Amino acid sequence: MSSTPLLDASDVAKSFGAVRALTNAHLTVAEGEIVALMGANGAGKSTFVKIITGALKPDAGQVLIRGKQAFVGSPAEARRSGLVPVYQEPSLIPDLDVSDNLRLTDTPVDLFRDWVSELGIEDLKLSAMIGDLPLATLRILDLARALAVEPDVLLLDEMTAALPTDLVERVLKTVRRKANDGMGVIYVSHRFTEISELCDRATVLRDGMSVGDLDIEPGVEERVVELMLGQKIDIGTRQVLQTNEPQAKTPRLSIKSLAFEPRFSDVSFDLFPGEVLGVVALEGQGQDELFEVLAGFDRPTSGSMEVDGTPVNFAHPADAIAAGMTFVPGDRSEALLAQRSVKENIALPFSARLKDWGPLKLRHERDRVAYAVEKLQIDTRAQGEVQRLSGGNQQKVTIGRWLATGVETLLLFDPTRGIDVRTKRQIYPLVRELADQGAAVLFYTSELEEIPLACDRAVVIFNGRVVDVIDAVDADEQTLMRAAYGLTETEGAA
Amino acid sequence: MSMDTIDPPMVRFGRYLRDNPIIPLLVFLFLMIAVLEVLRPGIVTPFRAGRDGLISTFWVGNLIKFAIPLAMLAACQVLTMLTAGIDLSVGVVATVSAFVCATLSAIWGVTPAVLIALSAGLFVGVVNGIGVGLVRVHPLIMTLGTGLIATGCLQVYQRLVINAGTEIPAFLAWLGTGRTAGMPNGLFVFIPFALFILWLMRYTGFGRLLFALGSNEQAAKLSGVRAWQVYLALYVLSSLIAALAGLLYLGMIRQTSLSLANPLLLPSVAAAVIGGTSIFGGRGSFAGAIVGALILRVLDTMLTLMQLPEGVRTALFGLIILAVTALYVRITGTR
Repeated sequence: MSSTPLLDASDVAKSFGAVRALTNAHLTVAEGEIVALMGANGAGKSTFVKIITGALKPDAGQVLIRGKQAFVGSPAEARRSGLVPVYQEPSLIPDLDVSDNLRLTDTPVDLFRDWVSELGIEDLKLSAMIGDLPLATLRILDLARALAVEPDVLLLDEMTAALPTDLVERVLKTVRRKANDGMGVIYVSHRFTEISELCDRATVLRDGMSVGDLDIEPGVEERVVELMLGQKIDIGTRQVLQTNEPQAKTPRLSIKSLAFEPRFSDVSFDLFPGEVLGVVALEGQGQDELFEVLAGFDRPTSGSMEVDGTPVNFAHPADAIAAGMTFVPGDRSEALLAQRSVKENIALPFSARLKDWGPLKLRHERDRVAYAVEKLQIDTRAQGEVQRLSGGNQQKVTIGRWLATGVETLLLFDPTRGIDVRTKRQIYPLVRELADQGAAVLFYTSELEEIPLACDRAVVIFNGRVVDVIDAVDADEQTLMRAAYGLTETEGAA
Repeated sequence: MSMDTIDPPMVRFGRYLRDNPIIPLLVFLFLMIAVLEVLRPGIVTPFRAGRDGLISTFWVGNLIKFAIPLAMLAACQVLTMLTAGIDLSVGVVATVSAFVCATLSAIWGVTPAVLIALSAGLFVGVVNGIGVGLVRVHPLIMTLGTGLIATGCLQVYQRLVINAGTEIPAFLAWLGTGRTAGMPNGLFVFIPFALFILWLMRYTGFGRLLFALGSNEQAAKLSGVRAWQVYLALYVLSSLIAALAGLLYLGMIRQTSLSLANPLLLPSVAAAVIGGTSIFGGRGSFAGAIVGALILRVLDTMLTLMQLPEGVRTALFGLIILAVTALYVRITGTR
């Protein structure tokens, strides 16, 4: 065994415009070693992964494979030099069958077949169209395809998310066995149980830096959580300190055992008028789909939803809006008419229904838009086209749309993602104010420190299930982070 | 970090032109008319040739007369292009409407004939709307398909009415060929029509939704817009406009054929594009399309005057449309 590590990434830095995603990231993987790459949302994990796999070119630093700088910014070259990634979303082409997909990447078919059956799928036809296969199978195929080219280093990015338990076991066992034969593995995951079962070491990223390199041993979870939290930038303190007691006995929104397989399988909670209910979840725990179901974009596969005590069944977002459920998506580009004015963007719901197709009520529109603009302090210097506004102002426009129509239930999905601190500080009190006026707000955020600032309670979703409900006002970040990682008391004891 | 910065003058000028596409278009139109005057002195300003006044109302009236049906069909393209669609059935719909009207007027009289002609357009529009809005067929394919089907149906229909003869309703002939104070009577229909379309696009909820769907259908859905309703109404409206334009055209040409208005289809698309409407949706102007239609008419006159062979004329026509559009895109930064 040589002393040169299989993979050695050092001093890696990368900026996107003014945003410094990575400042100083390190990762080494020795032969036969399985290293977990961990970090809270926004720590720079995905940027680092993209640089290691050659999809992005670093501004500084180097990535060596077996001591050689083999590639800069080319996934194909990274692959040739022995590093093969497997992502959460399988990179297989849906309109081709299995064997055509293999041909695209020059994968040896016999080895592929061996790995597929090793991983627990017996009856695969190579002529099957990728688009017809279930997601779990595709993940396995993607992994088998990677293993079939005998990689030196295998990168698994959230490989086991939404995979059934028996397949997870198979995957972990196979990966362990390959590592014992000398393959190096980078394991990107949020799941402590898998990491402690599988990995030898964990590298923790925070704010674009490697802040720790820990051997996996009992009790390491606490240390990892501490490292991930670190010192945070002050984003303000809560102005309204008392928890809002539910003002009504009937919840505004009550969901029971709601499921949208395979993304989430058991979500229940009540949301009362006058309350801000936080949603705490790591990336990809089913929260995206939960919000889409609540907003009427998708129908749940099972479970029930009630608004003000009446069962509802949304076939279209228009139905959700009619029931007072308004949605601000995480991706602003989904919500905005980029080339149109601030006014038209905010006033869009005023024309949505068939009965509103006639002459515009210009005065009413002007008043409501002015109200939203003033309430949110939207900078209207570039109001002619929203694409010319800053990210924070764009976000305010997406929220302002529902302020103008009047809010009953607001579904806010990560409203502070990628916006400046000043705007963030405007959004928390606004959310509180809406609740004080009787609105019900469901607030998902990828930044845990926002939960005590904006929310009364928080539901914790892990792996598609509600695993905990926390009184948010008293919850410190440590508690929330532990909960988000599924480290609840019961599991900690086990 | 804010993006709300002040742009350099050229960018701002480009944006101004983009927000007001009518200005460079009018400049271009008058430039073309000037070129025409140079090519054939006296055609526009006949005072030198001793005809009717400083500027020939006859010539201007003629220009406008032939631009009217083109501009109406261009309205169909502007409206559908706002949603990133297109309506390739308008030429055929106009032809069908004209043919049905002329033949049925001879059998059942004018009023039922006009109503049935418009209903035929309405029917095509409903089919287009269902195809685009509910079945989600691409508008290009959908309207191309219905256009061909309608052409086929028209040929069958022709065999049924072959012995009945045709009649051009008098009021259509009056609208199509008559003049009031030198200007074509077609303006009695076209001016209210144009005002209606401009109002529809700018001051109604429906107009807003056309822009919204073309800018970001997902965002519209998020705001509670049921897109299929809009598409259905849009394609019905488009076909009705086309049917109306067909009736006007019938009165102007005063004869029928199985491909009467079909040659207007591609110029109608060109007029919309020249007028600053983006085929990618979300941006468009009917006023621009009207000027676009006038430009195309002047261009046609110019090429005819140059007495070039038909093939060269057609090729030049296409070339100039491309050049104008490319220039326009360069100036205003739109697509």
